[in-house]
Formats: sequence, structure tokens, C-alpha cells
Amino acid sequence: MAYLFDTPEQRQRMLKAIGAGSVDELFEQIPRELQLGRELSLEGGVSELELEQDLQRRLGQAGGGGVCFLGGGVYDHFIPAVVDELTSRGEFYTAYTPYQAEASQGTLQAFYEYQTLISQLSGMDVSNASLYEGGTAVSEAVFMAMRINGRDGRVVVAGSLHPEYRQVLRTYFSRLGTEIVEVPASGGVVSVELCRAALTTDTTALVLQQPNFFGCLEDIAGLTAAAHAAGALAILAFDPLSPGLLKRPGDYGVDIAVAEGQPLGTPLQFGGPLLGIFTCRSEYVRKMPGRLVGRTVDRRGRECFVLNLQAREQHIRRDKATSNICTNQGLLALRTTVFLSVVGPRGLCQMAKLSHEKAQYAAACLTRLPGVVLKYDRSFFREFVLETPLPATEVLTALAARGFNVGPELSRFGDSLGEGLGRCFLVALTEKRTRAEIDALAAALGEVLSG
Amino acid sequence: MRGRGVEQMRNPTATRMLFEMSEPGRGTVVFPESDVPRVTGIPELGAEHLATGLLPLPELAEPDVVRHFVNLSTLNMSVDTHFYPLGSCTMKYNPKRHERLARLPQAAASHPYQQESQIQGLLSVLYELQGMLAEISGLPAVSLHPAAGAQGELTALLTAAAWFRHRGEQRTRVLFPASAHGTNPASAALAGFECVQLSGGRDGFVDLSELRSQLDDRVAVFMVTNPNTLGLFEKDIATIAGMLHEAGGLVYIDGANMNAILGRTRPGDFGGDMMHYNVHKTFTGPHGAGGPGAGPIAVRDFLAPFLPAPVVTFDVARNWYSLTSPEYSIGRMRSFFGNVGILLRGYCYIRTVGGRGLREAADCAVLNANYLLSQVRDFLEVPHGNRCMHEFVASAKRLKEQTGVTAMDIAKRLLDYGFHAPTVYFPLVVEEALMMEPTETESLATLDAFAAALREICSEPAELVKGAPHTTAVCRPDDVTAARKPILCWSGQC
Repeated sequence: MAYLFDTPEQRQRMLKAIGAGSVDELFEQIPRELQLGRELSLEGGVSELELEQDLQRRLGQAGGGGVCFLGGGVYDHFIPAVVDELTSRGEFYTAYTPYQAEASQGTLQAFYEYQTLISQLSGMDVSNASLYEGGTAVSEAVFMAMRINGRDGRVVVAGSLHPEYRQVLRTYFSRLGTEIVEVPASGGVVSVELCRAALTTDTTALVLQQPNFFGCLEDIAGLTAAAHAAGALAILAFDPLSPGLLKRPGDYGVDIAVAEGQPLGTPLQFGGPLLGIFTCRSEYVRKMPGRLVGRTVDRRGRECFVLNLQAREQHIRRDKATSNICTNQGLLALRTTVFLSVVGPRGLCQMAKLSHEKAQYAAACLTRLPGVVLKYDRSFFREFVLETPLPATEVLTALAARGFNVGPELSRFGDSLGEGLGRCFLVALTEKRTRAEIDALAAALGEVLSG
Repeated sequence: MRGRGVEQMRNPTATRMLFEMSEPGRGTVVFPESDVPRVTGIPELGAEHLATGLLPLPELAEPDVVRHFVNLSTLNMSVDTHFYPLGSCTMKYNPKRHERLARLPQAAASHPYQQESQIQGLLSVLYELQGMLAEISGLPAVSLHPAAGAQGELTALLTAAAWFRHRGEQRTRVLFPASAHGTNPASAALAGFECVQLSGGRDGFVDLSELRSQLDDRVAVFMVTNPNTLGLFEKDIATIAGMLHEAGGLVYIDGANMNAILGRTRPGDFGGDMMHYNVHKTFTGPHGAGGPGAGPIAVRDFLAPFLPAPVVTFDVARNWYSLTSPEYSIGRMRSFFGNVGILLRGYCYIRTVGGRGLREAADCAVLNANYLLSQVRDFLEVPHGNRCMHEFVASAKRLKEQTGVTAMDIAKRLLDYGFHAPTVYFPLVVEEALMMEPTETESLATLDAFAAALREICSEPAELVKGAPHTTAVCRPDDVTAARKPILCWSGQC
């Protein structure tokens, strides 16, 4: 068997030291009638070479061989080689949660740097050391809001928030009495008036997204003011690339800001593992979920880092903990730390601008086709909703066959984004897409629509 | 004095804070100039949305970034560099082949909203993994959705709650022993259950009469780790399961310790109705300095219609894999499918070792743990017997009474000897606990060296041990002040 050391002779020596006659004897703790008594029916003994060949064959071409214009929360961004090189170091990825600070200063300092970079990026006071992904981060933010203001009657959610994030919220709150009220989007955004009307005196928070699921920009300042006027907290899910070009969550005065961190150095991987970014104002830090790294000094006064405020966490506080999270997304946080270090403020700005300009260009090219329109006449960041005369599922299947992966279609999420959206789909752009690819997409869509 | 020889060769310039290394105007060219013209007629970004000025991120040169993180990495202990007997965490070898296989562009560059026709291969692999995990657990229905073990617990509890609701039952309580992982009560509370902790018997096992006294129609689920956190197989698990089932409740198996029983017994065979796996523990997905993990769950068939969405299904007639939602699904627990990158590593491991190899891994993990136990029990108390499964819990209580040396002191001193520390002060039912899990991927020579180090430490002068570690970059950070006045962010100017 691979990865084992002991020779039969060594096993005998060990058994003798233990005082057991056989390995089977060690398993006598398991009542005989509960023992499996057969081998698991799982084929094994596949060599490394065979396994690689098998996976290569079965998985087919990368991205199905198509050019990626897919959006909806994760995006096909460029990742500098240095990110993979540095995070492939076994000293990082084969370590675990840094419980023993002296044996984990590398990880701890990197997470402290991550927390700082995310604060700088978001304009928020404090970042934790990561949660699972964007969707669960939203749910954790709502739980945190309830701990902060003690209100648990209602949470108001923008209908322009990622439909999967809203589904996660509904599952997480399915056994609790809290009412989840969705304010429908109209014309690609939610209205301040409708949100204000939905905010009651027992509403814990208003949950928003910027840019929202349609790619459009919301009036976050107005919505945040409405939430605060009702005594509720403002929770914002933001695109972590957007601060390269747009205002940061902190600039709007929101209380908790979360994000799906994937655009900053994490591959798509069919949607996981991802990175849940979680930030808040400093006065709420003791109510935060997840791990936090803090700076301190050691016995000899040397600056160093530790897991901090652990009394919030499940291994200490158990059923009173601020979250059940234990293992988080450490390696993805490290990837983002390296990514932001090497890309820097100018690189991030360039990346955001390129994505935006290419989205503008793509929107212009695509809407030149007869019958193709931008569904919402609003400014957008890096993705937009396109409407064509044909059902979106049909159009996207035909585009995929021509080598262009576009979407998702809005009907994929039922009517959670509104009704009558069967001919609408998202188109997302990143710095990776070239003018030639965009022109070719427009030509392909022209072909598809002219049948 | 023992040292690792790195003290003298350390490069403190490179491990300054990133922010202290920043120089305005420095940077690395990553992206090209724009190749698209400016357009008109498309809504433009308004001033109310635009950022003003450059983000306050550090500006660094790539060579500096590389030297920084490589030097930081040398301040870590890891499985690749050290014996890491962190109990309950299964710090076994992480095969390098999995890293390359999981990064194949066909997997790494797959977008979750691609057309189903383009991901048939990936779905076939995930479908096969669902079947593998069903076979290993003896529980037929699998969800690969949860992001980590704790989320697996929450997912299973919500699944159980949906089943009870479907049957018109209002059950409000979740029971667990005092030796449970902290995630068990935390997950139960998050799922809206009332938590009831059982104190357990003196022998480390669930106390059947105590359990019986708590069983009534309010009890939804009994959560139990098996083997338990003392490294003992719950000998009465079948009776326990029978009691729960008779009372109309369900049994949840926390699968953190699956490495002990792979191919020897199965949660489904000893009465479990639901369980989670920790792919990053049992199936070698690396621990990533604290994640990512993957926490698939396996459940009995009657719970299958309530599992979260999506699951992978296979239509034999059409030879087609699909992502579907079970009939009465609780819904989503996270966005997208699951932690596919980690699941693929687990899949590669199971394919490599097979059913026989998994059992050999468990055999060797249990052999190694029992051997280590036999080597330490003459100088360290092991309160719960002379045999264990894949880990055991020693206690420094006697040593503390005699010399003042605590479990934490021993843990810190082990670092000087070049070993990562065991888990300390867990489970809570053992005073001065040192929880040791050697795993199967360690040699006899390593175990002997570790046992010898422990023996030596236990006879060293107390002040030497209490002053440890002496050879690491830092010694005993002041976490009390850290918590009182938290500094969670570098606050200078870049």
C-alpha cells in the first residue's frame, strides 16, 4: 500500500510492545457483530500514471473548450504564477489551524496581513481570517446583526442579491422564527422607498449587493441611510474587484461587508473551494464569526501573532459560540494575500478598469444585433443582463456549441429574480477576454439569432 | 540546548510586514493595456459610484513578495516538515499527486454555470465519489455539498429536522456527550435546537442510564463521535442506536475519527443514521493552514429526499449525469456545488488505495497509536485504558501536581525537539489532556523518537520546560493582552 512505512518485522515488534498478538486483536474493541467482515467494495491499486490518464480522458477539455463569458458570482480572472508557486509550499498547505502560535508564525503573520489587506480593500475596520464562501458569509452576517441589535423578527433582503445567497439564507434560517422579506428589484435595482417600507422596528438588517446580481449599481448610500433610520444594520455583499474602480463598502458606511473572494487569485474549480470575505466596523468585533489573528508580544517582548478572541469560537464557547465554523478557507486567504501583494493597488485598478471597459465594449457590440438589448438601462461594472428574442436556454446552448460559454440564464433561478425573464442572461467580462473574442461572440450570437 | 539550526539563518528583513516593505510607485506588471475602444451609448459609471484615489494597498516588487512568503513559510511546522500528532485532526501525509490532479485545468477552470453537456466527465467523477462514500459509511445517500465538517453537521441536523417536520413531529432537542467536539453543540444551536450535554461515564463511554433518562419525544438527534474523542470505540453504540430509534430519534455520527475504522466497521452498520466525513482529514485533502476542507454527509435512504441541493444523479437510459434537487430538499447550504477541489483529492486517494488500502490505513493508524500509547504510559498517565483506536488522550495531571509542568508546557517543549504538539486541553473531560494521533503515515523510528522526547521532557527540570519553547522565533505570545486590546490590522500608512 502506498504511503505506509512498517515492514512485517516492524509490525511484529510493535505488536509485541503493545502486548497484542495481531492487528485484528486491536480491533476487538469493536463488537464482532458490528465488524464489516469483508473488504470494502472499492477498486484500488490505480497507479499515478493511470489515474492521471483516466482523469484527463474523463474530464475532457478545460472549460468545455469554450471561451468563458460566464458570471454570476465567480469569474474567469487571471492568476499570476507567483500565487500558485508560493501557496504550493508544503510548509503552508500541509499545516493546520495555527493553534500552536510558536509553530505557526508564518501562517499567523500571513493571515494578519490578509486581514489588513482586506480592510484596506473594503474600507472596513476589521476583517476575519475567512469564512467558507460568499453565500454563507451573508447568512453569518445576518446572525451577527441579530447579536448586535437584539432584533430577530425580520431581515429584509434585496431581490437583486444573488439568488443562491438568498437560498442559503432561507436554509440557514429555516428553523428560526425570523421572517425573511425580499424586496423585489425593478429595472435592475431595488428602490429605497420599497426597502424603507419593508423595514420594521424588529428588523435586524437590510441585505444588499453591490454591484448586484444583474451587474447593476445600487444606491447603497441611500439604502444604508434607510436601514440606519429604521435602527437596522446595513449588510453589503460586494465584488472584491470593484474597489479597483468603485467606492468601497466602507465609503458607504455599511456595518458589515462580505464578499465572494474568488476573483482575487482563486481558480473557478466548479465553484469550490472559494473564499468568504467577512468584514465589519470595529465596535462589533467581539460579535464576529470565524477566526481572527491578532498582534501581540511574546515573553521577551518580540512582536508576534496569535489566534485572538477565541472565546467567541465553538471550541471554547460551544453552543453559545458566534458560529459553528471551525475549519475555514485558510489556503484561499493565503492565495488572496499573495495575489493582492503582487498585483498591488495599480494592478487591481487596471484589472477592474479592463474588466469594465471590456464589458462596455461587449455590451455595445452585442446590442448592435437586431432585437438584442440591455435588459436594464443602468450603469454596470463587469457584467450585464442581455435580452434577445429567443429563449435564453436555447441561445446559451447554441453559443456553447459555437465555443462560447455565456450566462447564467436568469430563468435558472426560477422566478426569484422576477417574472418574464426567460429571454435574459448574464454576460460577464474579465481582463482576460480579448477584443477578438468579444467580436467573435457577437458574430456567433448574430448567427444563432438569425437561425 | 536543542535547536533546529534555523535561528542563525533566519532572514528578518524578508519577514517584516508587507506594509513596511511597500514603496510608492513600485509594482509588478501583470496586465496588458486595453485592446478595446471606448464606446458610446452604453450607460456610464456616475461620479457617485467611482472611487477617488488609489487604494491604500502596499506596492511591492515581485522578488520581495517571493522572499517574504518563502521566509514566512519557514516559520511554520507542517506535515511536510515535521511529525504533527495533532489529535482529532488526522495530520497524515498529503500525496503530491493529488495536488497536480486537482489542478488539472479541466477541473480548475470549470465554471459552475457551464452547460451540463460540458461537465459530464466531472459529474461522473463526483457521482462515483458519492457511491464510494456510501460504501465506506454503509449509508446509501450522499451529499457532497457541505464546505467542511461543521457545515456537514449543520446540514445533517437541518435534513433531520425537515424529516421530522414532514412526519408532523416537533422535536426540539439535540443530545451529545461532554467529550464532543465544540462544533456539535454549536451546529445544533445554529440549527435552532436546544442543546443537552450528557456528562458520560467515568470510563469515557456514554452512560446508558444517563442517556435513557434524557430520552423522550423531544429528542431529535444524538450526536456522537465514534471512535470517541478519547480514542475509544463506543462499545455500546448498537444499544445506544437502538435506544434512540425506540424513542423516535436519530443518531448522528461525527466522522472526524473515521480514519480509525475504515473498512473495519461502518457507521451505517453500527446504527448511525447520518454522518459527515472530513475529506481533509480521512482522505488526505491537505489541511491548508486551516482549510479548505470538505464535509460530505451520508444518510439513510429515508432521509435522502431531504438532502440539500444539488446532488448528482445519473439517468441510465440517457447515460446522462445531472445536478438535481431532492424531492423535499432543505435547499442550499452554500453557493454552487461544493468544495470540488478538495473532493477531487479525496477521490484520487480512494482510487489509489482502494477498499483494501483504506483498511490497511486504518490498521496501521491504530497500530501506530497503540504502539505510541505503549511507549508513553509508564511516564504519562493515560486515564482511559491500555488500548485505543487511532488516538489516545494522555494526562499531565500527575506531573503538574508533582512539578508544576502542565500539558501546555510539554506541548511547547516538544517544539524544541522538532515535533509539533499534540492537541492540548481537549477533550474537556480529561484534565491536562494531551491528545495524540500519530496517523498511519509515520515510521516506527519517528514514533520512537517522539516517545523518547516526551520521556526526556517529563524528567527535565521544570523551569526548563516551563520556559519552552527555546528554539522557535517567538515564545509564549501574550494572548491575554491580545484579547483585552485586540490589534487585528496593521494601522500604519503604506
